[in-house]
Amino acid sequence: MITKRIIPCLDVKNGRVVKGVNFEGLNDVSSPVELAEFYSNCGADELVFYDITASSDGRKLFADILCETARKVFIPLTVGGGINTVADFDRVLKCGADKVSVNSGAIRNPGLVTEAAKLYGDQCVVISADVKRVDGVFRVFAKGGRENTGMEAIEWIKSCVGNGAGEVVLNSIDTDGVKKGFDLEMLDAVCNAVNVPVIASGGAGCIDDFTTLFKTLPKVDAGLAASIFHFGEVSISDLKNELKKNDIPVRLGW
Amino acid sequence: MLCIVDYGVGNLFSLKCSLDSIGVEAVVSSDEKVIRSADRIILPGVGAFDDAAKKLRDTGLDKVVVDEAENGKPLMGICLGMQMLFEKSYEYGEHDGLGLIKGNVRPIADVIPADLKIPHIGWNALEFKGEKSPVFKYINEGDFVYFVHSFYAADCDESTIAVSEYGAPLTAAVQSGNVYGCQFHPEKSGRTGLNILKAFCETEV
Repeated sequence: MITKRIIPCLDVKNGRVVKGVNFEGLNDVSSPVELAEFYSNCGADELVFYDITASSDGRKLFADILCETARKVFIPLTVGGGINTVADFDRVLKCGADKVSVNSGAIRNPGLVTEAAKLYGDQCVVISADVKRVDGVFRVFAKGGRENTGMEAIEWIKSCVGNGAGEVVLNSIDTDGVKKGFDLEMLDAVCNAVNVPVIASGGAGCIDDFTTLFKTLPKVDAGLAASIFHFGEVSISDLKNELKKNDIPVRLGW
Repeated sequence: MLCIVDYGVGNLFSLKCSLDSIGVEAVVSSDEKVIRSADRIILPGVGAFDDAAKKLRDTGLDKVVVDEAENGKPLMGICLGMQMLFEKSYEYGEHDGLGLIKGNVRPIADVIPADLKIPHIGWNALEFKGEKSPVFKYINEGDFVYFVHSFYAADCDESTIAVSEYGAPLTAAVQSGNVYGCQFHPEKSGRTGLNILKAFCETEV
């Protein structure tokens, strides 16, 4: 049986992990490569690297980091941030990324998903959607959640999947950072609309939030989080053991 | 020296890195001489069967790979590279494979319940079949490996050495003498995957 995936997300700026982290046995807490290795050894099922640099120097550093990580970490790597063209796909895939996640790039140019899926296969293209309720309607936001596109989210996600996106990361702006659990209502709506893997993001505050997520919505394939892992509030091995106790299929060991 | 056959399909960087990490001298090459002089061959592959099979034939490397395998050189096909070892694929039409292993490649959709998602993507457990294969020397039954595929190898009971359950037992790995195939990605399957590659590199020539 396929297992539920646990995915830490690393925000990288100018070659360093942005959020401060502090783990025993980790010398350089802001080294993306060291952190990636650490998570992989803890049983992370996949890693997301998010490039939040805007400069070309930052991009070059990011590519170096990615190559270095791919040399040491042998689990799937997804890369997002600043993906606007197929040339951007090519740039990160060559460095060892397995999947590429697009957000604003697909909002600006919906053809990007189609084109990338054709070139690299559906499995390579992840649509990452920042969604927020506005007057009771799920709306897609762009530019890191700052700009309301006015588009209805479920239809938008469905169209991206129709164009070839092989996976959906749903980030609920409403629950992001609140740490009171994933946005089950929003996730349910997306799971019922598409038949590709859905990754829940935004809102995880404790282990129980993941248990609730997978118990309530068996169609959700993975849970993604950043700060709770980085700050050591939740350890991946504890989380997986607890999920296993609750009869949720997980991969133990590494 | 191990040779990863480069026929213009997919990204071979991770595979090369995974072999480097276990101390295996590996080269990525499309040069017939290099492939023929290697101790072992890995045939990778991603994407569509037809497209990849055409590219392999266009380079003429299909004959080289078949030749070397028939002469007893250990060969491992990975993902689409594994599917190409079979006689035929029914991925959007009917296409000839290398015919090194008896069997055909068919859509997963034919055998799993309709409510399961396709592709079969993520980590799944290996269930061994028959006698434990030498490539599983360093791993245990139930260990997890990473899959991404929409088609699977069928009609190959004799060569199947592991399956993974996804609504149906899907062929996960095969072996026919010196020819091995993994449907999953050992280079993306953590320590388990590295241990499978290591064992392959230790199989007797």
